Amino acid sequence: MNQLTKIETSLKDWETDQEVRWCPGCGDYAILKAVQRTLPQLGADPANTVFVSGIGCSSRFPYYMESYGFHTIHGRAPAFATGIKLANPDLDVWLVTGDGDGLSIGGNHLMHVLRRNVDMQILLFNNEIYGLTKGQYSPTSRENTRSPSTPLGSVDHPANPCAFALGAGARFVGRGIDVSRNLPDILTAAHAHRGAAFIEIFQNCIVYNKDVFDDFARPKGADQQQLWLSHGEPMLFGSEKTGGVKGLRLDPSRFAFEVVDVSDGDWEAAGVVVHDATNRVLAHMLVELPFGPFPMPLGVIYDDPKPTYEAAVHDEKRRASEGKEASFAKLLAKGQTWTVDGTAQDPV
Amino acid sequence: MATQQAERRPDLSKRDAIVVRFAGDSGDGMQLTGGQFTLSTALAGNDLSTFPDFPAEIRAPQGTLFGVSAFQINFGSRQINTAGDAPDVLVVMNPAALKVNLEALRPGGLIIADTGEFTKRNLDKAKYDANPLEDGSLARWDVLAFDISALTIEAVKDFGLGNKDALRSKNMWTLGLALWMFDRDRQPIVDWLNDKFARKPDIAAANIAALNAGHAYGETAELSGPLQQVAMPPLEQEPGLYRTITGAESISLGLVAGAQLAELPLFFGGYPITPASAILHHLARLKEFDVITFQAEDEIAAICAAIGASYAGQLGVTSSSGPGIALKTEAMGLGIMVELPLVIVNSQRGGPSTGLPTKTEQSDLYQAVYGRNGDAPMPVLAARSPGDAFDVAIEACRIATQYMTPVMLLTDGYIANAAEPWKVPDPAAYERFPVTFLQEAPAGEEFHPYIRDEKGARPWVKPGTPGLMHRVGGIEKNATTGNIDYSPDNHQAMTDARKNKVAGIVVADQEIELGEPSGELAVVGWGSTFGPIRQAVSRWIARGRKVSHIHVRHIWPLPANLGEMLGRFDHVLVPEMNTGQLKTLLRDQYLVRCESLTKTSGQPFQIAELEEAIEAYFDRIDGNEGGQVPVNDEQLPPISSSADN
Repeated sequence: MNQLTKIETSLKDWETDQEVRWCPGCGDYAILKAVQRTLPQLGADPANTVFVSGIGCSSRFPYYMESYGFHTIHGRAPAFATGIKLANPDLDVWLVTGDGDGLSIGGNHLMHVLRRNVDMQILLFNNEIYGLTKGQYSPTSRENTRSPSTPLGSVDHPANPCAFALGAGARFVGRGIDVSRNLPDILTAAHAHRGAAFIEIFQNCIVYNKDVFDDFARPKGADQQQLWLSHGEPMLFGSEKTGGVKGLRLDPSRFAFEVVDVSDGDWEAAGVVVHDATNRVLAHMLVELPFGPFPMPLGVIYDDPKPTYEAAVHDEKRRASEGKEASFAKLLAKGQTWTVDGTAQDPV
Repeated sequence: MATQQAERRPDLSKRDAIVVRFAGDSGDGMQLTGGQFTLSTALAGNDLSTFPDFPAEIRAPQGTLFGVSAFQINFGSRQINTAGDAPDVLVVMNPAALKVNLEALRPGGLIIADTGEFTKRNLDKAKYDANPLEDGSLARWDVLAFDISALTIEAVKDFGLGNKDALRSKNMWTLGLALWMFDRDRQPIVDWLNDKFARKPDIAAANIAALNAGHAYGETAELSGPLQQVAMPPLEQEPGLYRTITGAESISLGLVAGAQLAELPLFFGGYPITPASAILHHLARLKEFDVITFQAEDEIAAICAAIGASYAGQLGVTSSSGPGIALKTEAMGLGIMVELPLVIVNSQRGGPSTGLPTKTEQSDLYQAVYGRNGDAPMPVLAARSPGDAFDVAIEACRIATQYMTPVMLLTDGYIANAAEPWKVPDPAAYERFPVTFLQEAPAGEEFHPYIRDEKGARPWVKPGTPGLMHRVGGIEKNATTGNIDYSPDNHQAMTDARKNKVAGIVVADQEIELGEPSGELAVVGWGSTFGPIRQAVSRWIARGRKVSHIHVRHIWPLPANLGEMLGRFDHVLVPEMNTGQLKTLLRDQYLVRCESLTKTSGQPFQIAELEEAIEAYFDRIDGNEGGQVPVNDEQLPPISSSADN
């Protein structure tokens, strides 16, 4: 979008008069506040901003944003957002979806909005559960998840949202945590990216899947469990206080990452890899890192823009129209015409 | 015997309309042949109607019965409303084409056959035990059989093509013969071939040579007997500029016209499906008319993107056929809920499910009028012919934008593919209906997105408009504030508001197409049955019966005067290519006793079957004299048996 003038707003300007109706303690509140805090910093214009959502707890989001909003149907928000962006590329479009909405019923559309590279920010709230329909397992639920529909434990293999996004051709992939202080930075980077920017946000469903991300999301020990990525910076985590500074090194013989100790801050000596957000292969490796042996990679994992879909569509339309007279009368009389007396006319 | 023969043979030179059917293998180029013959017919000033009938398979195995492709054209020096019942002339390129189409041929009609293709192998494929050209089984018809294949190869031998390539020109040889037979000018076809094969001049030259050879064969062969030259004088028509048009072209142009009259860019979201794809293809070439076409990942995305575009201030349009329309249903409900303009074109085909992809039916009326969850009223319009589809598309755009509602436009496979001459309209003659977007809240008032105007329509606000930010969505909204509100009274109020808005759409009064405004029998049709109903009714009127033809364009809401109009007839007969869907709607709305005449064979009604059905209907009524009015269908004899042939 071509936002020429930055608008001065405050967090309050982005709040609607509607009572927010998520469960007390829901991670969605933190995400809502992070978005409402970030938009003023971006100089975003509420009149030019559109929040589009599908169905689910996350998808109530537009009702709480004082901007334009469209709460649509199960899984199809990417298709609506595509139509909106094609109709008016100047709009700043944000898409809010959940793991069920975006990856199950809407997996098809999510794939296509990413591969087409429609300029918008896609926030996928991942809580590994269906909240609004009362706790069934979702496409990101881990194996053996017990839920009303899987009382003996689920046998599905879970989808990995960031790996899915990369596989679909996404040019921006980020990952955050609902309560993380860094979430606004990821949102800001996503907004600056021209094209489809995909952010997976780990979101705590306190009713049906409480603390499922505790292993890496809880504050205690976080610096050992979270790897915050920054373009041009070494992939370091941990601290002297919590058990030592560590980093990721590439083992060329296996073409795989390994965790190494970094002493005296000399990460170069330890062979720690510097993050390059434009490296697609690196991005694939990072989103596939198994948590446990490795920390959870967070932040901007991949950011390498390509021309956007709506720009290509409008460019093609402009080129196809060049030098052509849009005469409707001539269009109607196209092809081989004749008058009532049967005389053939030249095509108009 | 000779007398009998002469009696049976129709003297084509005395006819005011002739039906020709070209039939061959799906690779023989029969649709192309038919299309070019249609063009030459139109240029000769005849009225015409065509019926392309092809298999669902792209290239069925050569020579097989299920691979037969046919193109029928009815043309004449009088008004033509249908593609004709029985062909007078049947051109067959192989045994399978003969077998599949023979029964349709008028007794005494003329068969033109390519003996070069009546080989043992092809006869086997067509499941003939003996060669029908030789065993006397075609005695009921006239047969002209000669080796078109060999004649074509001979005609194009100078161009150095292999036999296989040379034989590709067979259809042009055949077309050349047909052009001679009906005394037509070859030049437009020659121009077309030169244009089509501009980059392959050899192929163009070969095809032209084949065309000329076919023509010369007719001229010089001095065939006695059945092959005679027939000149069909032009039909007197309104002065003006004419062209041929198919329904798919006509709808595409009508949508562009509608968007222009509304002063909006057009956004078309589509997904390939037969027979609807042609609309996507046409619109994709019209970008200079402020048209965006979006080939979506599926039917659902196609309609959702169109609604998204409407939300952002364009005229969203989506198009599909029955199975795809079914997928779009949830989004249609959302469109109705958020009250945004949207035009949904449904090119109906045989159903249910995948059904008969390339065959026509009118069986989506229930789907259009009733087929959504919740009370989800939607205006429904039906086009009656290729040319009419232009005006109906404009009307759909008008209703959608003026009343802020999705609208469904019903057409069908027959209309989509059929061509007819079309008097090119003057765009200036259409009334404009420019859309006004709300730019600011009414003076001194707070902005409410669901406040309604006198038509019941809510304001259209484009995102990007300062000060009017609001949220829409599928959850019930408060009638005033537009905020989420599922309270009982509010849902009642909003359901009523949506229902009343659609019910209150002003549509033109129903007119009688043919016949008196009252009488014994009203034959009520909709959609593509227009042509055969009109012809059948006119024949009965000519015989002095008090029959009238009523053809409904506005399926929902129905014209305000329709109920009263039906009440002026003793009987109402509703022919439809389904099992009685409009009949049910009319009975429900007007408590009027309607009878059904149904056909679901994938083929359009023939005039004769409607004529017979009307006759049968009168017969039964007569038998009912004495005051015994049947109270339900069971007391009437079945009437559909004669129709389903």
